[in-house]
Amino acid sequence: MGQYKLTSAAFEGFIKKNNITSSVFIKDLENSSVDKEFSTPFYLANSIAKAVESANAYHKENKEWGKVIWTKPHSLAYQMVKSSGTGVVVENKLKFWFLSFGLALLGALLFMLPAIELKGPPGIKNNHIFHSSATNRGWIAWFVFAFLILFYLVLYFRPSYMINWIYLVDPISESLSGNPASQWFLYGLLYCVIMSTMAVRMYIKYRHNNYQILRTTSVLFFQIVFAFLIPEILVRFEKPWYDFKNAFPLDYDFFFRWNLNELLENGGFGLFILVWGVLLTLVVVPVMVYFFGKRWYCSWVCGCGGLAETLGDPYRQLSTKSLFSWKVERWLVHGVLVFAVLMTGLTLYGYFSETYKVLGIKVQTIQDIYGFLIGSIFAGVIGTGFYPIFGNRVWCRFGCPLAAYMGVIQRFKSRFRITTNGGQCISCGNCTTYCEQGIDVRAYAQKGENIVRASCVGCGVCSAVCPRGVLKLENGPEEGRIGSSDVLLGNEMNLMDQLQDK
Amino acid sequence: MEHIAIIGNGISGITAARHIRKLSNKKITVISSETDYFFSRTALMYVYMGHMKFKHTQPYEDWFWDKNDIALKKGFVQQIDTAQKKLVFSDGEPLTFDKLIIATGSKPNKFGWPGQDLKGVVSLYHKQDLEAIETHAPNNTVCKHAVIVGGGLIGIELAEMFHSRHIPVTFLVREDSYWSGILPSGESEMINNEIRKNGIDLRLESNLKQINANADGSVKSIVITETGEEIDCDVVGLTAGVSPNIGFLEYSNIETNRGILVDRNLQTNIKDIYAIGDCAEQRTAVEGRRPIEAVWYTGRIMGETVAQTICKKETLYTPGHWFNSAKFFDIEYQTYGWVNSEQHKKPNEAHFHWMHPDQTKCLTVAFDKTTQAFLGINTFGIRMRHEIFNRWLDQNKTIDYVLEHLEIAHFDPEFYKNYYSEVIEKYNVDNNRNLKLKKKSWSQIFTLKS
Repeated sequence: MGQYKLTSAAFEGFIKKNNITSSVFIKDLENSSVDKEFSTPFYLANSIAKAVESANAYHKENKEWGKVIWTKPHSLAYQMVKSSGTGVVVENKLKFWFLSFGLALLGALLFMLPAIELKGPPGIKNNHIFHSSATNRGWIAWFVFAFLILFYLVLYFRPSYMINWIYLVDPISESLSGNPASQWFLYGLLYCVIMSTMAVRMYIKYRHNNYQILRTTSVLFFQIVFAFLIPEILVRFEKPWYDFKNAFPLDYDFFFRWNLNELLENGGFGLFILVWGVLLTLVVVPVMVYFFGKRWYCSWVCGCGGLAETLGDPYRQLSTKSLFSWKVERWLVHGVLVFAVLMTGLTLYGYFSETYKVLGIKVQTIQDIYGFLIGSIFAGVIGTGFYPIFGNRVWCRFGCPLAAYMGVIQRFKSRFRITTNGGQCISCGNCTTYCEQGIDVRAYAQKGENIVRASCVGCGVCSAVCPRGVLKLENGPEEGRIGSSDVLLGNEMNLMDQLQDK
Repeated sequence: MEHIAIIGNGISGITAARHIRKLSNKKITVISSETDYFFSRTALMYVYMGHMKFKHTQPYEDWFWDKNDIALKKGFVQQIDTAQKKLVFSDGEPLTFDKLIIATGSKPNKFGWPGQDLKGVVSLYHKQDLEAIETHAPNNTVCKHAVIVGGGLIGIELAEMFHSRHIPVTFLVREDSYWSGILPSGESEMINNEIRKNGIDLRLESNLKQINANADGSVKSIVITETGEEIDCDVVGLTAGVSPNIGFLEYSNIETNRGILVDRNLQTNIKDIYAIGDCAEQRTAVEGRRPIEAVWYTGRIMGETVAQTICKKETLYTPGHWFNSAKFFDIEYQTYGWVNSEQHKKPNEAHFHWMHPDQTKCLTVAFDKTTQAFLGINTFGIRMRHEIFNRWLDQNKTIDYVLEHLEIAHFDPEFYKNYYSEVIEKYNVDNNRNLKLKKKSWSQIFTLKS
């Protein structure tokens, strides 16, 4: 919808702002696109990106390094397209916002709210989850899967294709940070709106369970206030955009040169962020994991966890529970942690020794690979896109380096465990089925063994779905936390043995 | 190498196999005519309700058995030749053994009702029962009405299952209140309400007279003995208890009564042949328990025990303090020690009962009138810690001690409200006492110890 026209005045502005000296690029676009009107953003975006690529190829061949355009082709295209739109959407942003966001929200609520009555009194109501096409890998699930993947691919790699959506949220962005919206603002806002809506569903579904209600409220609070509002408001006051709860190495670019420079240039406040970021990872995270398990972060604070526990909750039963997947998980998640740490090591070495190359490798290249493979593809496209097929915690379980770091602490030095209630387990398998992290909870419960696992995010759903009151998440002394006896509570044959032996 | 054959791949047989494997390298064969792999039959209801798929009811992945060198054989044992130590399968194939464990479980009771074998009459025990229910009651167009006969744990599960597919249910219970042979009246009454709240047509003091057939041999209706009322229905669920599944032993010389008679070491009258789980009947019941116990965990304990006897040294079946649990629609139930219903109360047994005003949570504590000793507790809608009650029963604590320390035994999830001050207040008012709830001290919270 709308028309897209890159005016020559706007074009010149961009050339100046981005210090573009490539006449090849300028002439190319002046011929093909400038002052011409297009009815979709796609053609304009593609011709800008193509112009960047062909100009760069020309300059690189001629070794004219100063003329090469270093901004990524589709980032530049996005900036130019963003300023070239006109027409009905651009002129009626708020109206269209209500027609899209507003109607979607209303529809979702109309769908969810009747559950209070229709699904019966408070309690676990997992009826027909495995009969439904949406939650048992049927065609609806595959459709949602394709949609989410496409959404993330466009968001990360072709933002100009969703330019109309971004226009819709310009007014909100301007009221918060004073700037027009970027694709990341759209994403942040969508994230908050979707989480809030799906949190309503959680409140209804688990209205009998205070742990779930408090946990949902907590992730929602941290997402809206810490991940969304505070960073935008910081920008309004000309401070760096920063999410105070986003801990390195999940926040993988915290130690990147551009971020460190931005923080250091920002004086006292920037320095405060820098110190907090380091303390958060090195002190706050391990201490909290020691006392409460990694759930304090993964299920109470984290944004990725927040989406997984709200939008992703209907898909938790789809996680794979096989021994094989556990083996894959251990290699992958710890591999990503090692990758993140190595990359950061190289980055910091390069930063302090003021070089762009370490051991003959360009630091930027490593960062780009990490950003592309882990930051975009794994965390975003796979992490959320795979919800309807492989469950809601694919990223948290297989990819998140922070989860891996906390997992090691949780496994070896923590007071957290899921306690098994003596001999009450009947091996029904509800706990294992609904474990989003694919932990075979039943395997422990039926042996009367506490569940102490690196990957457990402490969502509490195993305990909630247990029909026999067998599982309880709790923090206690490290002594006796791990380990099991040969026979379960209720069988006293060993006592008899000891008597006979005497 | 000694060959241990186990008939039955339920919780008892599989526990025995696993523990024998842990303790020895004997050859193990587990035989079943029901399924290829062990599954949890307590979870069958969740498959029908769509909470799980059938494969989720299987606690071990398929490779587990090979890896642990436990051979699985699908087949029906028709005959046991105890002299030759040989099993004969229905297809005539033989299998010799050195030691045999019979763990064939139960079968649902049928009391000779007219029409009890019609198409559309189902029970809920075997995997095949689940398949039959899925066929006869896939939805409320094929099955417009279902009648359940028998007011026990399986009956209420079946009611919940049909309810999940919006099939109207009439639930016939012989007693004057649901499960009133087991539960004290306050609790039983609460479950009556829970059943009715879920839209189930609960008929107390109602027995089945007969099941009427359509021309094609399917269920048409049932008739209630007491009133003569005829109720049209498409499916009848028979859930009037279970009895040992030992029909195949009819011509063997293994001694049976209602179940297979065993000594405390779980051996039958024939050396090297053992019986465990639901199908075993103790010649002399373990104190306070029934000679036949069709309970998940007693099957497991017998499996653990017989493995010791076979691999190490003779070990007696020694279950500890009684405990159990169940779930009635949305109300969870746990019990530790003995709390008897009014009709089975011991002469010295007294009860203290507390019920939350919303009628979804309650507890009953049984104690000795003269010694004040704590005998047992039933809780509904409140989870309790098995380990703590086991210890208190061991230590012969008094009811006062137990009530004052209830918070330590609390097992509900974090941030749940607990009601122990209300409980103790009621006790004080009822008995003109002045007990004080011992709040968990910070050091107790910190160490999880009592």
